[in-house]
Amino acid sequence: MRAATLTRSAVLAVLTLLVLAVLSPFVLVMLNAVKAPTDYASDGPLALPDSLYLKGLADFWIRVDFGEKLVNSLVISGSVAVLALVVSIFNAYALGIGRVRGRGAFLVFFLLANLLPQEALAYPLYYLSKAVGLYNTQLALIIIFTAIQSAFGTYLLSSVYAAFPREMLEAAAIDGAGSWRTLWRVVVPISWSSLSVLFTFFFIWTWNEFFLPLIFLISNDRQTVPVALGVLQGDRLMDATTTSASALLGILPAVIFFLVFQNTLTRGVMAGATK
Amino acid sequence: MVTSTQAGRRPEVGAVPAVARRRARPRPGGSYALYLLPGALLSLLVIVMPLAMNVGISFTRWSGVGSAEWIGLENYTRLLGDENFWASFRNILFLIVAMAVVPTLLGLVLAAVLFDYVAKQIGPRTAKVLRSGFYLPQVLPVAVTGIVWGWILNPSFGALNAILTNAGLDSLARNWLGDPAYALYSVMVMLVWFQLGYPVVMFMSGLQRVDPSLYEAASIDGAGWWQRFWRIAVHQIKPEIYVVLVTTTIAALKVFGQIFVLTRGGPGNATLVPSYFAYQNFFERAQVGYGSAIATVLTVIIVVLAVVFLRIQARGERRDLL
Repeated sequence: MRAATLTRSAVLAVLTLLVLAVLSPFVLVMLNAVKAPTDYASDGPLALPDSLYLKGLADFWIRVDFGEKLVNSLVISGSVAVLALVVSIFNAYALGIGRVRGRGAFLVFFLLANLLPQEALAYPLYYLSKAVGLYNTQLALIIIFTAIQSAFGTYLLSSVYAAFPREMLEAAAIDGAGSWRTLWRVVVPISWSSLSVLFTFFFIWTWNEFFLPLIFLISNDRQTVPVALGVLQGDRLMDATTTSASALLGILPAVIFFLVFQNTLTRGVMAGATK
Repeated sequence: MVTSTQAGRRPEVGAVPAVARRRARPRPGGSYALYLLPGALLSLLVIVMPLAMNVGISFTRWSGVGSAEWIGLENYTRLLGDENFWASFRNILFLIVAMAVVPTLLGLVLAAVLFDYVAKQIGPRTAKVLRSGFYLPQVLPVAVTGIVWGWILNPSFGALNAILTNAGLDSLARNWLGDPAYALYSVMVMLVWFQLGYPVVMFMSGLQRVDPSLYEAASIDGAGWWQRFWRIAVHQIKPEIYVVLVTTTIAALKVFGQIFVLTRGGPGNATLVPSYFAYQNFFERAQVGYGSAIATVLTVIIVVLAVVFLRIQARGERRDLL
């Protein structure tokens, strides 16, 4: 009995230490983002701040116009999530329910399209967008990410739709609904939980993207949060507390999304698992 | 399939599409092909055409403006003799260890302990909280993880060196990212930190599938915890292990953001990776043909890996299910 208690405590202690190690960068960032530079200079990174110092965060916010960057990221990620979802629904409707000819080849194509390295598309996309006047616009990124994300969405949703209850489709057909009406009145509402999961993924993935936004958004006022923060690193004005402030501003939206979306994700995962 | 995306990260490879293998049934009528039109056009424009152009450009010498000069395979032969090219792929092997191998092994042990021991002996709530802790780095944009670690590891104002100095361990302070002897290892530690939560979450959800009676049978046969873990749990969640290994290996091949923010491939080529090497040639050196060749090689490697994986998985599925 005593040995068991001992093992229990030991396992718990080791795991707790490991988790604390994983979380320590977050703690360091939070401690030092709200610390005065003089405070940091005298007491170092591990000390608790003498007082809650928010000027560093506020100065940095103003310096990079962080509000604008948040809006840019929201506009791009939100548009991509909606558009990629619509494209995924259409594709999956044709492949999973319509069973169009050559669907196997299409699915393999979408799967491969999703895992291609963006480096293999970047320069031609850059060149083409310049040719049609879309370079340095958020629209270019929205189009590109709609294609990339919907490749994954198509792949996933097609297998959900392939298992869609046939009776419901037949019932809709008997009621005289065409394929368009059936899609919006029957298929979309019933698969809503899968769709909300996809929407969430598309949004978060697009928010986190770095490579293509870095290439396509050269004007500061059009940049996304990760790009605006990423290109500042190595800047001479970035000292310890300013860098922690910038890191905290990058971390907060991601953590908030995670907390907000967590339930949607779990619910969707359950729905997907029992489909 | 959906569980593999639970992690909020991109699962890049899944099972062979189940839809493809099913026998076609009579269609309920209506022309569904029309629905495929927007998606197909978009893919053509954003994926197929640029990919083909990239391959075409890789056979030319081109600065990005003016006309390109056809030089056949010259870019590829140049790659073979380019020290930076080999360095970038050598570094990728290290990053695969950091992103795929280590997180998978650690993740297996952690998932098993959390699922089989902590959840049962201490409580499922504790297991859940610990799991979330391991997972948190995964929700961050990669560029932001670069910012966090770029500061911690900074030689002049970084937290790590400051902590070491405060503890009287000045001699251990290093230029973690600027010294070629440590830069790649520093990046590796950061990648393990970033990646670990994904296998933990995946494997814990896989372990829920394991039939408890298997464990009981093994216990009756006198198998210890470690044996049960190795013989039963690991065996049962093989599909998840496959998916994690392949997705993380492909993710390692594509690493860009962290390198861009942390080291820009330096010092020298100590942390150079193919994607950043291609980026340099595209946008800094105006050697677009050469950059395209690098991108093409990377693409071929990733596609081959994915196809091999799909084959293995399809075979495994047939064996397991039939």
